[in-house]
Amino acid sequence: MRGDLNTALNPIPLYKQGVEEEKSELARLSCFAGAMAVGDLIKTTLGPKGMDKILQCSMSGGPDAGKLLVTNDGATILSKIGIDNPVAKVLVDISKVQDDEVGDGTTSVVVLASELLRETENLLAQKIHPQTVIAGWRKATDEALRVLEGIAKNNSANPEQFRKDLMNIARTTLSSKILQGKKDYFAKLCVDAVLKLHGKTDLQGIQIIKRLGNNMSDSYLEEGFLLEKRIGINMPKRLENARILIANTPMDTDKVKVFGARLKKKKMKDKVNKILQHNCNVFINRQLIYDYPEQLFAEKGVMAIEHADFEGVERLAQVLGGDIVSTFDTPDKVRLGKCDLIEEIIIGEDKLIKFSGVSQGQACTIILRGATQQILDEAERSIHDALCVLSQTVREPRICYGGGAAEMMMATAVSQLAEKTPGKESVAIESFARALRQLPTIIADNAGYDSAELVANLRAAHTAGKSTYGLDMDKGVTADMVDLGIVESYHLKRQVVSSAAEAAEMVLRIDNIIRAPPRQRQRDMRNH
Amino acid sequence: MPSVGTLAFDEFGRPVLILKGQESKKRLFGIEAHKSHILAGKAVADTLKTSLGPRGMDKCMVSPDGDITITNDGATILSMMHVENEIGKLLVQLSKSQDDEIGDGTTGVVVLAGALLEHAEALLDKGIHPIRIADGYELAAKVALEHLDKIAETYPLDLKKLDPLINTAMTTLGSKIINRCQRQMAEIAVNAIMNVADMERRDVNFELIKVQGKVGGRLEDTLLVKGVVVDKTFSHPQMPKEVRDAKIAILTCPFEPPKPKTKHKLDITNVEDYKKLREYEKEKFTEMIKAIKDSGANLVICQWGFDDEANHLLLSHELPAVRWVGGPEIELIAIATGGRIVPRFQELTAEKLGFAGHIRELDFGTTSEHMLCIEQCKKSNTCTIFVRGGNKMVVEEAKRALHDALCVVRNLVRDNRIVYGGGACEISCAIEVAKEANKIPTIEQYAIRAFADALESVPLALAENSGYSPIKTLSDVKAQQIAQNNPRLGIDCLNTGTNDMKAQTVIETLIGKRQQISLATQLVRMILKIDDIRLPGEAEE
Repeated sequence: MRGDLNTALNPIPLYKQGVEEEKSELARLSCFAGAMAVGDLIKTTLGPKGMDKILQCSMSGGPDAGKLLVTNDGATILSKIGIDNPVAKVLVDISKVQDDEVGDGTTSVVVLASELLRETENLLAQKIHPQTVIAGWRKATDEALRVLEGIAKNNSANPEQFRKDLMNIARTTLSSKILQGKKDYFAKLCVDAVLKLHGKTDLQGIQIIKRLGNNMSDSYLEEGFLLEKRIGINMPKRLENARILIANTPMDTDKVKVFGARLKKKKMKDKVNKILQHNCNVFINRQLIYDYPEQLFAEKGVMAIEHADFEGVERLAQVLGGDIVSTFDTPDKVRLGKCDLIEEIIIGEDKLIKFSGVSQGQACTIILRGATQQILDEAERSIHDALCVLSQTVREPRICYGGGAAEMMMATAVSQLAEKTPGKESVAIESFARALRQLPTIIADNAGYDSAELVANLRAAHTAGKSTYGLDMDKGVTADMVDLGIVESYHLKRQVVSSAAEAAEMVLRIDNIIRAPPRQRQRDMRNH
Repeated sequence: MPSVGTLAFDEFGRPVLILKGQESKKRLFGIEAHKSHILAGKAVADTLKTSLGPRGMDKCMVSPDGDITITNDGATILSMMHVENEIGKLLVQLSKSQDDEIGDGTTGVVVLAGALLEHAEALLDKGIHPIRIADGYELAAKVALEHLDKIAETYPLDLKKLDPLINTAMTTLGSKIINRCQRQMAEIAVNAIMNVADMERRDVNFELIKVQGKVGGRLEDTLLVKGVVVDKTFSHPQMPKEVRDAKIAILTCPFEPPKPKTKHKLDITNVEDYKKLREYEKEKFTEMIKAIKDSGANLVICQWGFDDEANHLLLSHELPAVRWVGGPEIELIAIATGGRIVPRFQELTAEKLGFAGHIRELDFGTTSEHMLCIEQCKKSNTCTIFVRGGNKMVVEEAKRALHDALCVVRNLVRDNRIVYGGGACEISCAIEVAKEANKIPTIEQYAIRAFADALESVPLALAENSGYSPIKTLSDVKAQQIAQNNPRLGIDCLNTGTNDMKAQTVIETLIGKRQQISLATQLVRMILKIDDIRLPGEAEE
């Protein structure tokens, strides 16, 4: 028997040193703990009365060291906090995808996923197998999405109503953000900006310029276009009926060092002359313009603007309706950009170039003003969220009602399904409905109302067939969302439900976590 | 004394060192070596056991850099488990070779090998020599494989009726997270294979199928593109976003004016020379564009980049272009569009152009990311499966699962014989092997019986994962199989009410199963033959 004893006393290492393994119950525990921690972390930011978070970047190293960030945006919060729990990382990822896909609802999706997992903890305690739970959830998700599609409305055929919808969506999105005080103003701003894009979802056409100072309500949408550049010296500062050549070409000297200045000058002069043949009076280049060509342009009375960044040039081309040119041999083929007036304006302390009266208004600029950098940053994020949602809505014009109405609607339908379903799956389906109902509960909690009372009232209203009822967080009552105009995009809601269910299912299937030891970093000895 | 080397003593009682550094080396031999191998093998198999079957669970792996993989695929789990034990490593390789050869059943093969080892342990305790066990297993495997061939059914492979193929793919996908849209994914996999399959040679070229993932949307949005999707955009923002009836010039030569490189020796002695050089550059470049125009192309795909001037020239000549297209992608485009890859401008002719009916840019969500989708190609036998999903891990897992499904369908194209899954064929083989064991006169019969028991481990694990009482369920099914002489009865994992796998259409390929049994037996035989293991000691610092 000595052999057996020896085997028992000599544990056989299976894994590499430092590998940790968590199995079944323990693994599930750490999954749920991670998911709930993340959910609890950001659930206070949900809804119109949600709170903000301060994030401070780590003090050591990096350009952002010690920078402060005040935000309400789920994706921003989650992307900035370092997370070690694997499941928490899954949740961070779905919020990021939500951000990329729709732009808003990044908090809701994480909260829903974590509430689903919280429900599961109870189910597993009742000895229901995870796979049974998953099977139930799938039925519940399908039912929820079916109902959601049923209530989604499409008003895109009626431009006036559609515009009203867009305004409502923008207002709803902005109402949880720092801009809520001026949400009507900003909603209008965003809707105008998005409608200018004519159905394109590429938000590059909308430029947001932030300038410190003044009040937030001094922000405005510039009809024309603003470029954060200076006009060259000795050139006209104001120009009417501009014909603009947008170029992307080197206006410095060649890399080959040859016979010095004389030749270079000649070459440059040739190039400038060619450019002038285009009969333009404004020349905008993406790259640098050196002193000599600048001087040449000045002599001819042509306004030259150098070093407009890449996006700036593309945007300009869109706005002004011109080509981006790199060779200058075929002046007749090139479309020049046109605008009525170019002038230098001053916002705050900075000089900007303003192009007004542009021919193709497919791009525009939003100028944000505010008292501190944090306010400006948060305002920019909020505007960005609103723009994203709006541009997606233009593409998928169906809408549904917010304020917890859509969630409650789905929850009611899912509950009914649970009653009809035989077997253990029914319990899982009911848990899905409970998780959905958590969203209005959290919204009410965050606003400081009696959530149990409100949500019960809401549920009763929905069961009685008032499917557009939601929570009015200004008065603390249940109300018809149609009257309040609290509207959300259908695409957003659908994405929240399907993505949260997908992630929760994925987490629930895990029964084993194997953690590799962190990669050992070599100490950087170069400076020692 | 497993951990100390053998010592020999001379007549004065001093130890004689036989091996260098003997004290620091570890050594394990004899029965202890066998026991430790078996223990390690079992540990690996136990980890995977819970992933088996449609009700199996997933594993979450955290890489050294903190990235997360959540998967159900045996080969992926094992390769990321950081196993250090030698026997463990062998099992990892076992699963990998199943993956390379068959593509599916990577979990099953490890579970089977683990069970074989476990039963060998009991036999070792009875005092049966490992070699006899190994030989017995070998014999039993032969019996099992013969029986498999007997119960296998030939499947009609009809291009018009794809349902049977889809059913097989669905069986494979059943255990993965994407079984939410099982049918859709299975159809995608089957259509993809059918698109590229060479029915005469009965082979499938996997290079023609690209699986491309992009987070966002839902799993249901996954689709099969009969063409190529590349993660690139047109080079100039003002080029058209959509090209119809494109004639494509596929270039691998740099599309830029010949620049004086540092290697060249170029004597520029005066202004005239310099002017000439500039003229020459320009001339060259217009020539290139002319060459392309003359060939009739209206789209350029280039492996290299081109500078701003070139870009604009292309734009002004109304030649949309795509730059920096990588090697494998450019090949795929060439195959799909029937074009030739042109390495030099001089060789560009009209015949070498590729053709595609429709090329467009796809854009996604709010991030202004774009992809280029090339459709309606001349030779439409390349295709791309475009996977969408709510997060990165789902997309990755869906890609792995689709790969498995593609492999299975390919295997059916190669060899259209099938067996029934859900543990049915394992049970049937186990019955046959046990019957055979009684006819063997030597002590190998113990090993053969053990083999039969080990085969039952797969249905046992299936039943356990599905939440049934494993032994009761197995014995019921086994009794039914013997009573009805029906090898199609298996474990009813999804609780559908019938355990006839034909009715449930749970189908696996014969070659997959064959491979599982023979690979697992081979490996176990090899492990059983090891009786001495030496580890190098810690390197002396």
